[in-house]
Amino acid sequence: MPTPKKHTENNKEAPFKLKSGLAQMLKGGVIMDVINAEQAKIAETAGACAVMALERVPADIRKQGGVARMSDPKMIQEIMKTVSIPVMAKVRIGHFVEAQILESLGIDYIDESEVLTPADEQFHVNKNLFQVPFVCGATNLGEALRRLNEGAAMIRTKGEAGTGNVVEAVRHWRKIKSEIETVLGANDTQLKKIAKEMRVPFELVKTLVKLKRLPVVNFAAGGIATPADAAMMMQLGCDGVFVGSGIFKSSDPAKRAKAIVEATTHFNDPKVLARVSSDLGEPMESQEIEKLGTKYAERGW
Amino acid sequence: MVNLIPTQWGGHLKGLSISNKDICKLHIFFIFSKMSIKRAIIGVLALQGGVIEHQSALEKCGVQVVLVKTKDDLKKVQALIIPGGESTTIGKLIRWYGLEEDLKRRIKEGMPVYGTCAGAILLAKNVIGREKAPHLALMDVTIERNSYGRQLDSFESQIEFGEMPAKHKIPAVFIRAPKIRSVGNKVIVLAQMGKEIIAARENNKLVTTFHPELTDKLIVHRYFLDMIPKSLRA
Repeated sequence: MPTPKKHTENNKEAPFKLKSGLAQMLKGGVIMDVINAEQAKIAETAGACAVMALERVPADIRKQGGVARMSDPKMIQEIMKTVSIPVMAKVRIGHFVEAQILESLGIDYIDESEVLTPADEQFHVNKNLFQVPFVCGATNLGEALRRLNEGAAMIRTKGEAGTGNVVEAVRHWRKIKSEIETVLGANDTQLKKIAKEMRVPFELVKTLVKLKRLPVVNFAAGGIATPADAAMMMQLGCDGVFVGSGIFKSSDPAKRAKAIVEATTHFNDPKVLARVSSDLGEPMESQEIEKLGTKYAERGW
Repeated sequence: MVNLIPTQWGGHLKGLSISNKDICKLHIFFIFSKMSIKRAIIGVLALQGGVIEHQSALEKCGVQVVLVKTKDDLKKVQALIIPGGESTTIGKLIRWYGLEEDLKRRIKEGMPVYGTCAGAILLAKNVIGREKAPHLALMDVTIERNSYGRQLDSFESQIEFGEMPAKHKIPAVFIRAPKIRSVGNKVIVLAQMGKEIIAARENNKLVTTFHPELTDKLIVHRYFLDMIPKSLRA
């Protein structure tokens, strides 16, 4: 069971505000996948706003195959000790015990991630039961809202992790945006139908209508490999970016990491983008989506 | 303020939740603020972090807001908020984009500046903690990063903010917050939680370790706008 902390004092809304509040403070930043303390330090030095601790980056999970699980708590703790920025880590879809373990370590954010092998084909983790905030992937609005209904405090596009190909992240985010537009144009009767089809409470769909956007922070993820990719997702309206294999599978991680941080801040300034895109060395090895054996984005529902 | 969004999902995006009552209040405040602040343009440093929340709070106060990313942007503003976010990230971007000298000069010349959480760390003269961000070191306070602990130690509390006797009860959200360990003798303490100093002012510099921009209340933002001297009101 999650340890109850002092936050809940006389305010029922406090826990969710704190969970989503941290995501709000990450906006405009880059969250980088790292596999050890040394990489975490490089990420922090390059200006990452948080790191994602995991044993294998998605590109390696793809190559090596097998069941991908939560990382060794010892490795995660070493990273937590090394950097002062927030540390996130992944659990398998539906694996609530992995989530309990990460919460007990005092991790700052949990990613219930399709990059790992799903542990439950029916249920995602009931994230409302945890004090620690969760980020979840989505390929469309219904998926995003179902995750929010389960208690996620931050959403990211799934994209297609480990490919160095931004096309799926773009597709998922455009899909979410166009579905939000549809919802905004609907009347109450239609909204009730939409809520039913998406399998979420009507109230949640109404909240979306009132805010005219997802009610939590949305980052882009899955296939971002260059500063231009990051800036494109920002121009399309994402709040920040996750970069997985894109940094530490490239030929000059420190330089590319810093360049992507700068591109995420100055996403609207092509002159800055041209400068930071120059002389970065080789990007990660990339893949075409049609040639993939497994599409991670199809995991989860 | 009445938050019309009843669920957990939307309550935090305060800039976007509004009721009729609020609109009346806003109109009244808008008229007053127009009189008192005229055309002062307030900047929000927009390198990383909780930028739109401050933008939204300032707009509710009826002032014009410019997001500041470059030295040229900085020239347009008469006051500046340095938002919450990751102080290491913001500190680096300040340095990489040559904003450090201009920021220091403007603030030393008297430009009102308000640092929230990470922004408070960047303004502090002394910073305790690992991976010290390159900070501006302008305000006579010593501050410790992530001093309450990690995200699980984040919390919300009711506090009293302001100069005696005008103290206002407001909610305060602390997220991986720093602690102000000590302040110089010219620093006025504006809020405390137990013994902890959580808001302070030294002349044109205001800091809070909590996030008023994540709540409905505009008390801290209004206090900051009142710090703009007449000579700076364009």
